[in-house]
Amino acid sequence: MNATLLITIGVTLISSAVALSLRNLIHSVLLLVITWIGICAFYLIFNAEFIAFTQLLVYVGAISMVALFAVLLTRVAPSTNQRNKQSVTRFIYALITGLSLFSLMAFAVLHTDSPKEKVEALPATVYSIGKALTEEYAPALMITGSLLTLAILGSVLLAAHSPQSKENS
Amino acid sequence: MNDQTLNLCLLFSSALFCIGLITTLSRSSTILILLGIELMLNSANINFIVFERTQPDVSTSHGTLFVLFTIAIAASEAAVGLALLIALFKHQRSVVIDDASQLKG
Amino acid sequence: MTLSATYLSLIPLLPLYAAALGVLLPKKNKHFVSSLTIIAMATSFIISLFALNQALKNTSIHSTYNFSWFNLGQESVRIGILLDPLTAFMAVMVTFISTLIFIFSTSYMKEDENMKQFFCFLSFFASAMLGIIISNSLLLLFISWELVGLASYLLIGFWFHKPEAAAAAKKAFLTTRIGDLGFLLGILWLYHTCGTLLFYDHGHGILEHHVLASIASQATIFGLPLVTAIGLLIFCGAAGKSGQFPLHVWLPDAMEGPTPVSALIHAATMVAAGVFLIARMYPLMQADQFIIATPFHTLTIIAFIGAITALLGALIAGSQYDIKRVLAYSTISQLGYMMMALGLGSWLAAIFHLLTHAFFKALLFLGAGSVIHASHHEQDMRKLGGLSKSMPITFATFSIGMLALCGFPFLFSGFWSKEAIIHAAYEWPVSILPLIISLIAVALTAFYMTRLMGEVFFGTSRADHHHHTHENKAQMTVPLSLLALCAIAVGFIGTPSWPWLQSALNGTPVEAEGLFKGGIVMLGSILLVAGGIGLGWVLYIRNLRTNAHEEDPLETMIPGTFKLLGSRLKIDEFYTATLGKLNTALAILSNGLDRYVWDLSIQGLAKLGQLSGSINYAMDEEALNQGFNVTSEKIRQSGVQYSKAQSGETHGYLRVFAITVVILTLLIITLWS
Repeated sequence: MNATLLITIGVTLISSAVALSLRNLIHSVLLLVITWIGICAFYLIFNAEFIAFTQLLVYVGAISMVALFAVLLTRVAPSTNQRNKQSVTRFIYALITGLSLFSLMAFAVLHTDSPKEKVEALPATVYSIGKALTEEYAPALMITGSLLTLAILGSVLLAAHSPQSKENS
Repeated sequence: MNDQTLNLCLLFSSALFCIGLITTLSRSSTILILLGIELMLNSANINFIVFERTQPDVSTSHGTLFVLFTIAIAASEAAVGLALLIALFKHQRSVVIDDASQLKG
Repeated sequence: MTLSATYLSLIPLLPLYAAALGVLLPKKNKHFVSSLTIIAMATSFIISLFALNQALKNTSIHSTYNFSWFNLGQESVRIGILLDPLTAFMAVMVTFISTLIFIFSTSYMKEDENMKQFFCFLSFFASAMLGIIISNSLLLLFISWELVGLASYLLIGFWFHKPEAAAAAKKAFLTTRIGDLGFLLGILWLYHTCGTLLFYDHGHGILEHHVLASIASQATIFGLPLVTAIGLLIFCGAAGKSGQFPLHVWLPDAMEGPTPVSALIHAATMVAAGVFLIARMYPLMQADQFIIATPFHTLTIIAFIGAITALLGALIAGSQYDIKRVLAYSTISQLGYMMMALGLGSWLAAIFHLLTHAFFKALLFLGAGSVIHASHHEQDMRKLGGLSKSMPITFATFSIGMLALCGFPFLFSGFWSKEAIIHAAYEWPVSILPLIISLIAVALTAFYMTRLMGEVFFGTSRADHHHHTHENKAQMTVPLSLLALCAIAVGFIGTPSWPWLQSALNGTPVEAEGLFKGGIVMLGSILLVAGGIGLGWVLYIRNLRTNAHEEDPLETMIPGTFKLLGSRLKIDEFYTATLGKLNTALAILSNGLDRYVWDLSIQGLAKLGQLSGSINYAMDEEALNQGFNVTSEKIRQSGVQYSKAQSGETHGYLRVFAITVVILTLLIITLWS
């Protein structure tokens, strides 16, 4: 049991749990950023550097920005953001669902035998990842590239400022 | 890495997944629903990395690459989702998802 | 010159073409049509003279022109035309008398508006009659026979707006139809036995020795020989057409037609067709003479029926008041004579009498027509009288005809022909009854004809209007004169001292037998004629009738008998009571069957169809459609229920997702092993 591991796991879980319950959306997004940083640290503990930095770059760097922009662009009067009976009911249902799923998965995890042989993992160097990407996974790479292009175009189209609409400030 | 660590990590990813699920199912703001989905994707990534690092398939690095692609896809999906959200906001002036119920039967 | 088949066939065809052309022309062309038919008939007469010339060159042969009409599988039905002395004499007689009557009709029917139609019918009739005469096939003869019946119907009912005329036409047709039924059965039986219906066919015709010998030996039902049965069936047709007892009832009623019709059809030609038929088929009728084991012979039956008819006609004629009715019953009586002659074995006498009777009866009818026309259609002889002074030519010719009919000795044709018949009766080995009957009839004939003459021509006029009656035009008097001439002249071709006609018909050389052969019988008949005329003179000419309502002298003498005879022996009433009622009963039965049995079964079938239709409809409409509708409705409603799952809450959908994932994971974990 590595203390670092435990702390990382704890931080991540707590921040995500708190993020889920806050009323203020900006605070929720910021706490999620902490969650993502925690996950990045988790990757680093497991020697998956490339992935860790990718996670940092993409999630913390881009997605959080996008989310913050979205929150800021769609601000409404705080009066609509209240707890009511419906949301409590919903929360209880969600809780039940989540807890049942978690118990299921925990059961599965704990009652599965691990393999007898221990194999040591190779370091995941950038060179090897790059080699694999360009040789084996080249088609996937290209498809993902075009997918990202389409996503950019699509999101720009969807969110584009149309002349008649008024922004809520 | 012993079994205990492995189990802990897997439990962690399960917990994260469930937290993401609860977020999606209980919050009424569309942004948080989308972010909950991102959280679920993240937990799946964690699962992949954990298994890759502890019991890898030596000749290839499938897990890492899968995670790479997942991150890319998740990012694009988040972008598109949030663009949709902005478009929806322009239409109905709120991000509460219950207001988008015109298609009910 | 030899006559080819084409010319021979023109004899009946020319009047037919004239009739057809006349029908197509409009009504106002009546004079043209009448002239056309007269010319056609005259041309036929000339061709018949040529035919007679050829036939007399060799009197024993029968020239035939047979051809195949149509094929029935392997067999073919053959018909043909024939030229022999019998055909030629009959053709000459028919065409000559027809021409004269046509000429008479142009004046008689002048005021009638349907005159054109009258001539068309007359011409059509003449063509059919000539068809009977020249036919070599029993089939063709039957076809012409029926056409003659049709023409008779059309002509009797010519004034169809008179109900009596329409009823008389129907009665004539139906009565002859009954006879024709027997005739047809005979024809069919004959065809079935012999396989051919030709009379003379180079040895294979039904009247030739080969065929007759083969069928004479066959016996049939009830011990009656085949030839007797066929002969009797064919005689049925002849009896119907020639007015023998009991099928004579139509002849007096047929007098409702115009008088030229009565003259042509019901005196000279059509009614003679029956006699002609028996004469034509004489070899067949005679074929059973040598068969001993038979209850009766055909010819015996014919003789007795003829005798009865002769007596019947003569009796009733003496009690009638209508001129034409007297003459009609006289015709019946004379036809009875002819049939009797045929039955007695002397077909030559029968044909001789037929020829002479044609001339003097036509003369008598035309004379009566002249009288009726002049006295403005008055036919009751009680209302006529004194016409000898005002219509001399008619009186003279009528007297000649009357004397011929009575059989006034030596000069008139009727005497010679009737003598031939009585002579045959005298020599008949089977029975003396026909002789006695015929002698009685001779007396009666003389009596009633004198009565007629006395009432119509002698005394003073008893007409209601006292119109001045005058002699008719030449178109009427010339035919009368010509016929009167023939009534005298024709007799001389068959006297016993020079029986030219008999030998010509028979194909044998002339055997003169002396004028007074069988003198006792001749003397007896002369006396009876004298007696008849004398009695008539006493009753009707010495005591002339003074007014129309006086009682007939006979009626004062024998009132009961007179009444019975006057009501025509009540034969018509008898027929109405029995056959008429039977017919009505059958009609009612048929109506009931048709209406309630066949109709109901068909309606039942129809209802069955309707039922299946309604079941089909019910199944289609109710079951299928409704079922379809209900099912569709249920589906729609279930759809409505399903659409409630679309709550519009996104969280609800997500919840469903999550729970489904949970359940699926559980399933995978538990079932995957």
